[in-house]
This record gives sequence, C-alpha cells and structure tokens, in this order.
Amino acid sequence: MEATSARFPANARAALGDADLRASLARLQREYRRDRAAVAARLPEFDALRDAAAAIKDHALDHLAFYLERFEERVIAQGGQVHWCRDGTEACEAVLAICRAEGATAVGKGKSMISEEIGLNAFLERNGIAPVETDLGEYIVQQRGEAPSHIVMPAIHLNVKQIADGFRAAHGALDPARALDGPDALLAEARTRLRDKFLSAEIGITGANFLVAETGSVVLVTNEGNGDLTHTLPRIHIALASIEKAVPTIDDAMALVRVLARSATAQEITSYTSLVTGPARAGDADGPRAFHVVLLDGGRSRLLGSERRAILRCIRCGACQSQCPVYGHVGGHAYGWVYAGPVGAVLTPALLGVPAAKHLPAASTFCGRCEEVCPVRIPLPALMRSWREEAFARRAGSATERALLKLWGAAVRRPALWRALVGPVSYVLAFCARRSGVYRALPLAGGWTGARDMPAPEGGSFVAAWARARKADAP
Amino acid sequence: MAAEAPEVGLFATCLVDSMRPSVGFAAAALLERAGCRVHVPRNQACCGQPAFNAGDRAGAASIARQAVAAFEGFDYTVAPSGSCAAMLRRHFPALLADDPGWSARAQALAAKSWELVSFLVDIRGMTETGARFDGSAAWHDACSGLRELGVRDQPRRLLASVRGLTVKVLPNAETCCGFGGTFCVKYPEISDAMATEKAREIAESGADVVLAGDLGCLLNIAGKLSRIGSTIRARHVAEVLAGTCDGPAIGAPRKRG
Amino acid sequence: MTGARDAILAAIRDARGDAVPTAPAPRSPLPARAQGTPEALVARFVEMALLAGATVSRAAGADGVPGAVAEYLSRGGLGGAVVLSPDPAVAGLDWDRAPRLTVHRGAGRDEMASAAATVTGAVCGVAETGTLMVCAGGPVANALHLLPEAHIAVLRASDIVGGYEAARARLGAELPRAVTFITGPSRTADIEKTPQIGVHGPRRLHIVLVDGA
Repeated sequence: MEATSARFPANARAALGDADLRASLARLQREYRRDRAAVAARLPEFDALRDAAAAIKDHALDHLAFYLERFEERVIAQGGQVHWCRDGTEACEAVLAICRAEGATAVGKGKSMISEEIGLNAFLERNGIAPVETDLGEYIVQQRGEAPSHIVMPAIHLNVKQIADGFRAAHGALDPARALDGPDALLAEARTRLRDKFLSAEIGITGANFLVAETGSVVLVTNEGNGDLTHTLPRIHIALASIEKAVPTIDDAMALVRVLARSATAQEITSYTSLVTGPARAGDADGPRAFHVVLLDGGRSRLLGSERRAILRCIRCGACQSQCPVYGHVGGHAYGWVYAGPVGAVLTPALLGVPAAKHLPAASTFCGRCEEVCPVRIPLPALMRSWREEAFARRAGSATERALLKLWGAAVRRPALWRALVGPVSYVLAFCARRSGVYRALPLAGGWTGARDMPAPEGGSFVAAWARARKADAP
Repeated sequence: MAAEAPEVGLFATCLVDSMRPSVGFAAAALLERAGCRVHVPRNQACCGQPAFNAGDRAGAASIARQAVAAFEGFDYTVAPSGSCAAMLRRHFPALLADDPGWSARAQALAAKSWELVSFLVDIRGMTETGARFDGSAAWHDACSGLRELGVRDQPRRLLASVRGLTVKVLPNAETCCGFGGTFCVKYPEISDAMATEKAREIAESGADVVLAGDLGCLLNIAGKLSRIGSTIRARHVAEVLAGTCDGPAIGAPRKRG
Repeated sequence: MTGARDAILAAIRDARGDAVPTAPAPRSPLPARAQGTPEALVARFVEMALLAGATVSRAAGADGVPGAVAEYLSRGGLGGAVVLSPDPAVAGLDWDRAPRLTVHRGAGRDEMASAAATVTGAVCGVAETGTLMVCAGGPVANALHLLPEAHIAVLRASDIVGGYEAARARLGAELPRAVTFITGPSRTADIEKTPQIGVHGPRRLHIVLVDGA
C-alpha cells in the first residue's frame, strides 16, 4: 500500500471538507463513547483486567524468543509449518509459494492488518491470484478500491449510500434497479455473494489475534464467523501474524480476550473466539489438510529494543482510534497508511521512518483519551512525544519553529528579560483592543486568527504586578 | 496558628503572567483564604511545556532546573493550570531522571506540586470559597488536568458551593477543545474543527459563561466564541471561586468609564 | 528461510527479548461474575447468553431435548428438519420422541450449508459471558457450528462453568484442531455502526439447556 502519511496536512484538509465522512466519524465517536462507558460499567474489574493484560503482554515481550520457539515447536508437532519472514517481501513470497505449491488460486481472506502492511492482495493479484475479502467491512472497501480506515471497523467512514454505490459497481451481474436502501439489504447481498466464495476457496488466509506458545494455537477473534469459515472450509489455512502476537498460554490469551472486545466494539466478547491448532487430524470431518503460520518481523524486533517497546503491547482493538478527537475529525485515510489514529502515530514512524511519518505524532493535542481507553495501558502520548524528540534531534521539523522555540527558551530562562518584553507588548496590545477585547487579525498569528479571535491581554506581567503590590521575594 | 500556615509558591504560568494577571491575583486570594501564605518568586516564567512537547528535551530540562530551583524552598507549589502542574508533577522527574544533581530535587518538588483547585479541595480541605456568582456557567475539563492529574470532581464540588451559580453540564465536557499548545497553529484546520464543536456545545448550553482551569483552553474557546458571534463569556475558574469577576472576561471589552 | 529465522531470533535477543521465563505470566484476576454457586452460574449463563442475542430453552433431562428442539423449530418457523452432529451426546438422543421432526445424520458440507438448523453438543458453557465452548474433531465437523441458518446447541446445565479458564481446563494439554467460544449469533456493525445479526455464521443461536442430566 502506497503511503501518503507525508501528505497528512493535505489529507486532513480534504477530509475536513468531506461532510459525509465527518458525519460517519461523528456517529462512530458518539456511539463508541456511549457504548464503551456502558460495557465498562458492567465489569467492575475492568481496570484491574487492563493492568493484568498489560503485564501479560510485557512478560511475553520480555521472553519473546522463548515463546516464539515454543509456539513453532508445537505447530510443527501438530503437522503445521512456520515461515519466518524478516520483511513484507519475504512474507508475500512465502504466501505465494504456498499457493503455487498447492496449485491454488481461489483464496478467501479473513481480516488481517498484516496483510495490509505487506500489500498482500496487490502482490497476489500481480501473480494471478485474486483474494476475496470475507470480512464485511474489508469486502466493502475492497469493492471500492479503498484501504480500511479503522482497525476493527474497516468501512466505518462510509454511509449506506456510499456502500450501496460500491456494491452496484462491483456486482455488475445483478439487477441494477434492485433496492439497496438499508443495512439489511446490503448485508443480505454480501452474505450471498460471499458464501459462494467461502465454499469454493482453496486457500484460506487469516490474521491471528494471538499466537499461543503452550499449544501452538492461533487465536482468531471475529463477530461475523468469516474467520472461522476461512480456517475451516478451504484445504489450506495460512495464518499471518507479526512476531509480537506470541503469548504464553491459552489462559493468557483469554485474559487478553476479556479486554479486547470490550475495548474494540464495546461488547462483552465477540461472537466467535476460536483456537485453531494445526491442520486437520486423521479422521477429522473437516478442516484444512495443511496449516501454515507466516511470521513477520517487519520492524518489530527493532521496536522491541527501543524505548518505544510498549507499543508492541497493542492488541489491535482500535479503541484509541474510536476515541481520538483528531481521528474523529479527519478519519483513518488521512493518516496515509495502514494504521491510523494514535496507534498509527506511534507505529508508522517506526515502520516507515520519521521523514515519511513525522506529521502523525505531531498532529495530536496529547489530550490523553487514547491512553485512557487503551486495554493494555500503552502510554500513547508519551510515545508520540518520543517521536517528536527524534524528529527534533534530526531537525526534521520546520526551521522557523526551531528558531522560535530557541527564542522562547532564551526568554523564559531569563525571567527578568521575559517580563521586560512581555510588559510593554501586553500593555500595547491591551490598549489597542480596549474597545473590542479581541484581535480579529494579528501579524504573525495567522494560524490562530484564521479561525478564531485572539483575546487581548489585560496588560502587564502578573509577577511584576505582584512584586509591586507586595514585598518581592528574593529570586 | 500562623505558624501552621503553609508557605505556597504560586507558579503563575506564562499565560497568566502575560495575558491575564487577574487570574494570578484570584489564585493568590483563594490560597490565602485557604490559610496559606502566598509567595510569587520572581525567578519564574514558564514550565517548559512548549519545548517539551516540541521534542526539545534538553531545552525543557534546562527550564525545569530553573523552576525546581525557584520553587523547591516552599511547602507547596501551586499552579492555576492543569497542564503546567502536570509538567511539575509528572514530567519534571522524568526529564531530570538522568541528572544526578537534580533528579532527587525534581522528585521532591513534584511531590508537593499541585493544580490550584485540586490543592484547595484535596490538600486544604476547602468545601466552599464564600463566593457568589449570579448566573450560569458551563464547565470544560482541560485535558491535562483531567487525565494527567485526575482533576475532575474538585472543581465541580467547589462550583456547586458558589451561591447563585447554576452549573450547566456540557455533554462532552471532557472532550478536547483543540488548543494543544502549538497544535492549534501547526494543524489549524483540525484545531478549528475541534474548537468549533466545543464552542457550539457551549453556545447550545445557554450558559452565561464558560469556565475551565487552564488559560490555554480558555483563550482558544473565548477566541472561537467571539468569532462565531456568541455573547458567552469565558473566565478562569479561579476568578469565579475568588469572586473577582468585576474585571472584563477573557476577550471582553474593557468597561467604559 | 532458516536464514530469516536465525536473523529474527538474533534480532530479538539483541533487543532484550530472549530471557528464559522463570515464572508464568502474571495472573489476571477472575471477575466476580465468573464465580458463584452452580445455580448462580447457570442463572448468569442464561442471562448473559440472552443479552448476547442467543435464545435459551430448558429440557428436563436428555429425553426432553428432542421435544425442545422440535418446539424451537416450530416456534421459529424453521421447518421440520434438522441436521444432527455425529457427537454421541446428540446423535444418541432418543429422537423418536419428536416424531414430527426429520433428522438427518451424516450430512455433508452442502447439506449443512442449506440446513435450516443443525444440532450440536457443547463441551461446556461459560457463565461470565453466556458463551458456549464447542469443539470440532473426528466425525464432528466445525462447519456444523458455522454453516446453517440456525445453530442449536445442547448444553447440560451441569457443564456450565464460571470463567474461560475453567472451560480451557476441560480441554487438556492437546487441543483438537478447532475449539470455538461462541457467544450469540453471527453479527457485524460494519455498516454505519448499525448492529446487524447473521453475517456469515448462523443468524440464530439457540441453546437447549438440559437440567438434571
């Protein structure tokens, strides 16, 4: 997927002018806030469970090599295969090799953010294999030729009319005059179209929410049942996962499941939480005869050794996106790559580099709502700030900004000088605006006064006024 | 009795110092009403947030050292701003953690640094301030104070004690106003989208005035309310609690004669 | 490819992610809702299953199951035929007790896909969220739980446990290929965040809760 993160400001501007998008995002945020509050209130232990979830992930990361090796051992013992891939290219090649070895071209896909990261669909299409997305949201955006805009709800940026238009364009064989006027009609059409794909797929590719070392199981968390049909019906199952998905035991995975759906979709648990272990055993009535896990590093080991290791706790719930006010106004596509919102602001610079992604951690007020809802307590604002530090150290930001910051620093480190400047300037500004109380325009302040008035200062420095009014304290 | 009065260093904040000294006086009045002796050390200007959030760790650390030196002699340091208090309380220790000469001093200062309203309620046990305000006020939760320092119930409790005041609850009081320091000028369209939503919600509340504990938010909100032609005024919560609302509100014209 | 494996593991080692654990991961607390007397857990299971959009009916003993299934089908306008799982707990029931019900055994994939309803067993029920734990393996196809219009699960009340950990403990060290925690019918909120039922998996989940079995 071609990244446009460097064009975030332009992307954001375009998004802000899209009334349909903003209405969809407003609905997401309003309803998510309401629903999450309700579901959190039903579980008094929620905060303690989040602390425990963070601790389990940290433990898994501390011993990642051990758990990955145990996981691999168990997968092989069940008759499955593990393919270790350093980057997206190796991962795509591994998947293609499996398809070719099987002589298979009909591929059904469950939702996988890793597949987005490595551009798997486009790669397979270039090699004569056309994967069909079976997750409804992914299917909708696939028909429109778009990327998903939210980790858990890929099509949340669209309204019914936009989805219907996409279906009419994509399902050309159907009667163009048919009614597609509501969610039910759209769902019915998607269910029928996709059922055929499920039943005819030769290869099923899923993601993996967790990789369980204890048993060599892949944990799949879905609501639709598409993940389950994808790992059950075709003769080959390929699970794509990045390395930080490894957890020690089934119980640890379920502890994470306890906080995952609650945070992602404000549900108690998703309709289907599946533990998939190896290929079909001799005598099994269904199930794939081959099971492959494609393990991707893709920059995770580097993150593991960095000060930003905490982002690897992420369990891909998307709560940060649903709560972030910036995401809530510009949507996921503005972020320009696979991961949007606060998680994207931390991951994208790590995976694409600071020059391409520097806007993402910069475009935040650090309001902290992301960290407030993160089920694994990732200190997202602090991690975004650490990327700002990296950008600053590399002089990646604007020279004007650096210069102004330097001047500011020089002034505030010399309080007497600061007051000597502030005093007269504020008196002048106060005097000139005494009738209106505000400035509608100010030289050098166009960024502010473009959209809002600038209140006039009262005039004078408080510290100086206090010193005049009382005996000054010695500095 | 006087010997028990704690010595409080008032951390004015750069915005109060340069834009609205009356907030500093209101804060001092409240602290005195709470039985404190208030000092305003002259060797202060800023908590270093702009540098810190711009990624200039070294610059922020040098400002932090200065602030630690200026304030560590008092029993408490109090700031009429959640974001500045959060710098002192949460971020100074981390900023100076690797500096052996300053790390312990920063931790010591952090332990006795407070946002104003939470200091009055949680430390001084204030339940009312003796103020009166005839009218209605909408309350905005400034993000840093709320999420970094847990300032949420304290201002609500004290406002509830103000005679004559009706508090209008904003449905999205806890949503960011879009200020975010330099964010509002670096990503002005996104900031404006957030400020517009906040201003609309305040306007719909029908309140006479909007209050918050952070001047950055208030300048942003007042500026937006003014631009959309609203007559709703903005004040720092300290002004209402101290009963010092005689002067013009933020962005309001000076009264004539 | 071993090159990649070695490189990745070496990179993880360099990143201080290679310690051998001396203890398991920290324990996660068991929520209060996953604890209680057997009666309380049964009641909570039913409450949570209904909240999740499943329907529940009770059968007095194994002999009552066929009648309960027949009643569910007729109330739901689902016709008069079901596909039975080969699980002895289901296949071995006395289906003659529901004479108007046509039962199909040994169904293949196409039959499951077009079935109005399948009847399967469940290893246990998890009270904390009204969740069923089902297994596929041997003659029991996973598709039985996924393909029909309605999935009817027969669950003994005595097989209801409190939390997921207790359910897992029933599986032992070796897992079958597919273990699924099922909570309510298939659903989505992908279209305008409108909750919708019945996407790819069953549109209905009915639990026949067997008392005294």
